[in-house]
Amino acid sequence: MIEIKDLHKSYKMGNNKLHVLKGLNFSIAEGELVAIMGSSGSGKSTLLNILGMLDELDEGSYTLDGVPIKNLNETKAAQYRNKFLGFVFQSFNLINYKSAMENVALPLYYQKVPRKEREEKALKYLGQVGLKEWADHLPNELSGGQKQRVAIARAMAAEPKVLLADEPTGALDSKTSYEVMDLIQKINDNGNTILVVTHEEDIAHMCKRIVHLKDGVIVEDKMVEQVRAEQYV
Amino acid sequence: MFSRDNWKEIFQTIQKNKLRTFLSGFTVALGIFIFVALFGLGNGLKNTFQEFFGNDATNVFYLYPGRTSMPYKGYKSGRTIEFDNSDIKDINKNFAMFLEYSTPRIQRQDTVRFMNESNSYATQGVAPSHQLAENTIMMKGRYLNDSDIMSKNKYAVIGRLVEEDLFRGKNALGKYIDIGGSAFKVIGVFQDDGGDDEERIIFMPYTTRQLIEMNNDKVGQLIVGFKPELGYEGAMAFDASLDKFLREKKYINPADENGIYIRNVAEQLKQNQQLAVVLQLIVSFVAFGTIIAGIIGISNIMVFVVKERTKELGIRKALGATPKSVIGTILLESIFITTVFGFIGMIIGVAVLSSLGETLEDYFIKNPYIDMPVAIFATIALIIFGGIAGYIPARRAAKIKPIVALRDE
Repeated sequence: MIEIKDLHKSYKMGNNKLHVLKGLNFSIAEGELVAIMGSSGSGKSTLLNILGMLDELDEGSYTLDGVPIKNLNETKAAQYRNKFLGFVFQSFNLINYKSAMENVALPLYYQKVPRKEREEKALKYLGQVGLKEWADHLPNELSGGQKQRVAIARAMAAEPKVLLADEPTGALDSKTSYEVMDLIQKINDNGNTILVVTHEEDIAHMCKRIVHLKDGVIVEDKMVEQVRAEQYV
Repeated sequence: MFSRDNWKEIFQTIQKNKLRTFLSGFTVALGIFIFVALFGLGNGLKNTFQEFFGNDATNVFYLYPGRTSMPYKGYKSGRTIEFDNSDIKDINKNFAMFLEYSTPRIQRQDTVRFMNESNSYATQGVAPSHQLAENTIMMKGRYLNDSDIMSKNKYAVIGRLVEEDLFRGKNALGKYIDIGGSAFKVIGVFQDDGGDDEERIIFMPYTTRQLIEMNNDKVGQLIVGFKPELGYEGAMAFDASLDKFLREKKYINPADENGIYIRNVAEQLKQNQQLAVVLQLIVSFVAFGTIIAGIIGISNIMVFVVKERTKELGIRKALGATPKSVIGTILLESIFITTVFGFIGMIIGVAVLSSLGETLEDYFIKNPYIDMPVAIFATIALIIFGGIAGYIPARRAAKIKPIVALRDE
């Protein structure tokens, strides 16, 4: 599903060049649930942003579902993001003047799905995260965990090939974190490919594979025994 | 870009961001309102000036006889000059190719009576063409005609306010009034845009006035209307040759400033027109400035709006919004707000102007107005330029990398 070869990325900081990713190689197959771990500054968010086409790579190649992701213009990148990827952010990133249902329906708006169908689909996915009765509420009327579930519903609504989650539990307490991880595991159980960036050991162990980043290189890439989050909920 | 779905999205954004909508709308409405108001007041000022100068015919010379102050050809200085009937004939004969009309005007002040009402009015003995020189507008009855002049009829054409004063609202037509001891039949009532004094005048045939004054042939002033096609240069040449002709006929020293005086309205008109042009320029400048200020205002708001929405736009881009759709959303929203509030401001401005009417006449502003095409053009210009001004920040917003936009707090 995801194929990365010799990936380099550096940022310009004034006169200095900050080499963040120093030649990464790895691939993710369909249906995997992968945690990318590392301390802050290890380059894990940069990697996710490149995978999410939110940022561009300097060197190397990136293939997503057989499509080379290279030299995309903004319009093309937007279309690919819409078609291939779903995002879940640490800070939820819901649009605050739109109701939960409208937030979930937004990616479908950019897919030019008719309004009625959009709302039906949005309600369906809100139901899957258990928030059907909260459909008309604004984000500021929801708790942190509920917001993240709305964000997950939104990411799933476009039916993406890969779900990218950047510290999805970073702003949540541990109980809510496990609820969110439970949801992510269940989505993965249905065969969806998911990438989770985290620096929390317990969250990482709820995935099936852990890729350990340090100073821009992969120091460890191992399969793990998945801990089900269900038992903590 | 203009699908119903897009509009729903835009309406929702507008509805859910009332303060932002109101602030940007208010700026636009205020800009157009000030433009309309200023432009209208400028026009009102112009109206007043036009009224000062423009109510009488402008292709006219007024010839005033005076008293000589220099000796000439054996005549002493201090001699009183008078015009008489022969002067009219001579002018008509010698200047036929320049002349449109000519009329004498014998001005007197008389006590005028009707029943128990009496008052003192200016009376003017004139010929029929005097109506052209003064732009006298007949309300009822008729003006003097040539046969009145021939038969020296005791007919009077009275001003609107004379009728109001003496007849107390009753119809004066056909009634007889006493002017300085003689009975005159009222054959017409006129109005004049030149103000109240111009409507407290009584016209009579100049021959009748001469008859009353012991059948003399003196005519007081002469008023000469020339063909408008002469233009300014032609009028000035005619002025000079008329002056020369009369000085020769009346034996007045060519250098004598007091023997005869010709008031040339054409010259005043030229100054008047220059003043009007300057006024027009000032008005246009102010109007232009207001529109520019409005456009700058909209640009500022657009920059602010885009800044405020950076994170939202980042989210939208992460979810698959193309740059085109980002620009479209921002532009359509701003154009919609500008259009609605622009026309609201315009309508309020026009309404305020028309409600002002003559209330500001004391400040030399009369009937302020703005031509609807001008107002609409200004509004549309503001919308278009506002759109262009909005396009720049919108495009920049579309170019921001989503990762940068998402980091914005």
